[in-house]
Amino acid sequence: MFQLYLPIAEVSVNAFLLLGIGGIVGFLSGMFGVGGGFLITPFLLFIGIPPGVAVATGANQVVASSISGVLAQLKRKAVDFRMGLVLLIGGLIGSWAGVRVFSWMTALGQVDLFVQLSYVLFLGLIGGMMFFESARAILRSRRHGGAPPIRRAHIHTWVHGLPFKMKFRASGLYISVLPPLAVGALVGFLAGIMGVGGGFILVPAMIYVLGMPTKVVIGTSLFQIIFVTGFTTVVHAVNSHTVDMMLALLLIIGGVIGAQLGTMAGTRLKAEQLRILLAAMVLAVAIKIAFDLLLQPSELFSVTPMALP
Amino acid sequence: MMKRAALIAMLFLPSAACAAGEEIVSGLSQNRVAITANFDGSEILIYGAVKRDSPAPKGAPLEVIITVEGPSTPLVIRRKEYVAGIWVNASAITVDAAPSFYAVATSGPIDKILTRTEDLRFKITLDHAIRAIGAASEAQGAEEFTAALRRIRSDDQSYRLMQGRVQLVQETLFRTDIALPANLIEGAYKVRMFITRDGRVLDQEERLIDVRKAGLERALYVMAHEQPFLYGLISLALAALAGWAASAGFRLLRR
Repeated sequence: MFQLYLPIAEVSVNAFLLLGIGGIVGFLSGMFGVGGGFLITPFLLFIGIPPGVAVATGANQVVASSISGVLAQLKRKAVDFRMGLVLLIGGLIGSWAGVRVFSWMTALGQVDLFVQLSYVLFLGLIGGMMFFESARAILRSRRHGGAPPIRRAHIHTWVHGLPFKMKFRASGLYISVLPPLAVGALVGFLAGIMGVGGGFILVPAMIYVLGMPTKVVIGTSLFQIIFVTGFTTVVHAVNSHTVDMMLALLLIIGGVIGAQLGTMAGTRLKAEQLRILLAAMVLAVAIKIAFDLLLQPSELFSVTPMALP
Repeated sequence: MMKRAALIAMLFLPSAACAAGEEIVSGLSQNRVAITANFDGSEILIYGAVKRDSPAPKGAPLEVIITVEGPSTPLVIRRKEYVAGIWVNASAITVDAAPSFYAVATSGPIDKILTRTEDLRFKITLDHAIRAIGAASEAQGAEEFTAALRRIRSDDQSYRLMQGRVQLVQETLFRTDIALPANLIEGAYKVRMFITRDGRVLDQEERLIDVRKAGLERALYVMAHEQPFLYGLISLALAALAGWAASAGFRLLRR
């Protein structure tokens, strides 16, 4: 019952399954400030959606859950618009390049491998780094008998010595625009090739590279993700006709509701706790995909229909 | 005079060809399938009768074979190999055309009711239906690749052999149900019916089922391909609207 035929993916799936996937991913998205694309794409592949459609439609879903999340953060004034715009400029350039590379890899037949390797590499690296850092932070706060450690407004790194400085008031930063531009471009690139908003890379980069306070990171990350994934959606729609509106709609309905609940849940947790949970989740996805690459698959052959000329 | 004689001979030739004088008269429960949003597969009833001028000949019994073939597409079959510690797509062959769906239903064991030469001639069983499309031998062992195609598509029910699933009453009336799966692709589905005796095909008939997306499915598909930019923007607008609506809805709830 409630099977739904998807016009672009050309498969029939259960409508509640899609609502459920959207809901879970939306919840995590609202809680951690990540778009959740790195979860939704593997989920969709698992239920039999073709890779191209999964990546493009995943991006469309991330737009919706991010908008829902940003509106929730906006009420808490936790969005740094100026930082968001700088990240965005980098993001659009990266996204355009990413979609081009994606089309090229699809033609070569190596897109699965490419996407999987990107996942393992980026998720593993970021997840591992975040996990150790937040574990250390939690241990430190325990050792101090529950008393919070002395906090500086932000951490000073090499990044703060670069030229073209700009003031980011909401974040309390005065830094060069180059690092946010570069971070944005990298994230946009990943958005194009992996169908992800790149929140899982953006959030830690904003905390550790740019030194932004955790409370504005989530809102700002979501703000920039809206535009990067929005752009990616349109580019995929035009280049490869792989955005499935019917699929997106169901994921979105689940996703936006989940995102609101996730934001509420997120406010109950401490920053370190949020970070270690996100890190654990990111690592789990990386390890799962790494195993898929390392273990012998039960079916060595795959069949890819080509469009009729 | 000679000309007229030849013409008369030609007119009579068809009936002379099927010496047993047995012909198929057939019907389909539907000759079009509309894929709508709640499409969940479709069952097609294929039925018919054997028309004959004289009583059925004694000897080998009459048998019926029915095939349903979905539109063919070119495809790439790839094989993963162990390279540098990970499994990657290493070799591939391109098949010019392979049916997206292929079902064979028979009234008896296929190897008993159809000789191999007749099978080859009419390309009835799956082996011949695929081999017929000639896999270009780009990689060594193209045979292994087409075997994999058959295996994968048989596993997901796209290719089926249903022996003994055609009901035949008194060598005259026959019927079978063929379930078309939910993941159909659009196009003309070819239904072929054969009657055989002693492994030899006596008559065959062909019909088409038109499978089309309909309603919203059709509209979305057409728009995605003809107005991709607008389609992308509408997808975005939908996402924005849903995101805002959820946010606004929850604000109301919390009040």
